[in-house]
Amino acid sequence: MTTLRRQPIPDVGASQTKALEPLLFELARPGRAGRHVRDEGTADIPTQFRRTAPLELPELTEPQVVRHYTHLAQLNYAVDTGMYPLGSCTMKYNPKINDRTASLFADLHPRQSYQTTQGVLALAYELEQMLAKITGMDFVTLQPAAGAQSELTALLMFKAYHAKRGEAAQRRRVIVPDSAHGTNPASAAMCGYQVTTVRSDARGNVDLEALKGTLGPDVAGFMLTNPNTLGLFEERVREVCAAVHDAGGLVYGDGANMNALLGVARPGDLGFDCVHINVHKTFSTPHGAGGPGAGPLCVKALLRPFLPKPWIVREADGTYHYDTAREDRDPEPVGDSIGSIKQRLGNFGVLVRAYTYMKTLGEDGLAETGRDAVLAANYLLALVRDRYDVAYDRTPMHEFVLSAAKQKKQGASALDIAKALLDEGFHSPTVYFPLIVPEALMVEPTETEPKETLDAFAAALVRIADQVARDPAAVRDAPKNTPLRHLDEVGAARRPVLRWQRPT
Amino acid sequence: MSSVPDDLRYSKEHEWVRADGDVATIGITHFAQEQLGDVVFVELPEKGTAVRQFSSLGVVESVKAASDIYAPVSGEILERNVKVIEKPELVNTEPYGDGWMIKVRLANEGELAQLLSPQDYRSHIGETAGAGGD
Repeated sequence: MTTLRRQPIPDVGASQTKALEPLLFELARPGRAGRHVRDEGTADIPTQFRRTAPLELPELTEPQVVRHYTHLAQLNYAVDTGMYPLGSCTMKYNPKINDRTASLFADLHPRQSYQTTQGVLALAYELEQMLAKITGMDFVTLQPAAGAQSELTALLMFKAYHAKRGEAAQRRRVIVPDSAHGTNPASAAMCGYQVTTVRSDARGNVDLEALKGTLGPDVAGFMLTNPNTLGLFEERVREVCAAVHDAGGLVYGDGANMNALLGVARPGDLGFDCVHINVHKTFSTPHGAGGPGAGPLCVKALLRPFLPKPWIVREADGTYHYDTAREDRDPEPVGDSIGSIKQRLGNFGVLVRAYTYMKTLGEDGLAETGRDAVLAANYLLALVRDRYDVAYDRTPMHEFVLSAAKQKKQGASALDIAKALLDEGFHSPTVYFPLIVPEALMVEPTETEPKETLDAFAAALVRIADQVARDPAAVRDAPKNTPLRHLDEVGAARRPVLRWQRPT
Repeated sequence: MSSVPDDLRYSKEHEWVRADGDVATIGITHFAQEQLGDVVFVELPEKGTAVRQFSSLGVVESVKAASDIYAPVSGEILERNVKVIEKPELVNTEPYGDGWMIKVRLANEGELAQLLSPQDYRSHIGETAGAGGD
């Protein structure tokens, strides 16, 4: 009798493709192509610019490429697939209408003349007005490509401001709180400033006395996030700003947490001289993966002369142009302006999305957004606070910081808990930030999650805390259900492999 | 290995100093490496650089955070530990041994007196006296 041995079925199902999607270079075979490319010759190209060796690009058919990226997308976790409580990042849902409106502008050229882009300028001008209004500032530049570039822009403007007053040499220090985002001291250092850190007090505010102790005629400015990175409103923010102003310094607002304040409080009213907007956080433009982003900078009138050029000008007849270049030439450095930071309107497509979001919600809707974000965070905290330590026992704003110090002693760290959440179907919160909280788990649910999702996330956090108490080893062994497990993040950081190399 | 060896002086910022004549060897403590987690990158100043007490000396980066290293004493850099730059994990495995970071020529031996004794450092990190190790 012949024994039929069943052939193993090639595992092309979810588990296989999920386990490892080959790289395009590994899928490629010489001679494959998605299109027939005509050889049009190189006669027109000067000899010195002609390539001598073939370009080593992967060669694949169109369906191979489509399947590759579809598989990768299937492995991805995104706001479109689930809750993303990454603290300090405001991972709110991005409404699809934003992309539709942005696509209307896709065929415009960034260097197109102002005569043929009146609608673009009108939108940009109106967006500037809306951002100024909601931040309580007077003027806005849309140029910066991200929050960090906005910080750089502002600090260059601080420098120009102090130089104008003959104090450039004297004012060489910038102060940041110990809870600051890492970009704050980095931007200050890039501008040539020395950085002084000021500690937080027992309530998680900037320690006002410590701040006053370090302020002096050598201080150019102070950089403050409000609500701060602990998710707490700075209770003495007016006094903080006044103290900096008394010392002749300027106050920079890191607008990363603006979502909590929308329509409720305005940095301009609190004493800030400028504030940046992370449109990808507050106004629902796409997030992460290196951009493109946008980080408009909103300033008080005293900083206006130093704003990047060109500025958009609205004439009485409702037409628009650039102030420096009616002929659409590149702007020369003009007057006291620091010059151009990113050409003209920055990453315009992203700004259209932010504009769309603001217009869709209106003033009432934006205020409700801020209030709902705060409500969601407080509701979530109430559900989990008896299982985890809370860094500061105060009413948080749009996010809160738990400490897994208790769980660490029981045998599972914040990182282990973050990975266990992946098994529960959630993206992890931010971990180990801010630096002043041990075993920090920083949770920001945003206003876009329904109550059922908040309940499910809280239940997952509670289940994990219970499991840490009972069987910490099981939590340390997570994640069990993800396409890949136990990734070696330490090895990846110590010995990164950044380029594909052809196997020899 | 004791987590706070008795023959060293300590800074509040969690650096240790071993003085041998006018040469001081500097590293970060067992407590510091434990707080940081797996160290993935160490940046240290070149030989010949002058450092001032309590000013930034370099950077140590872990999977959790990037932190400044502060000079516990002033002086001129005599040597930086190339091994720890190539193998940052030495900071975790041997913080007081092969995980040392720099050697400086002491500018002012009196500065050593401003540092914490092992007993004081133990209470600084909330460890009971004599309870060495993890």
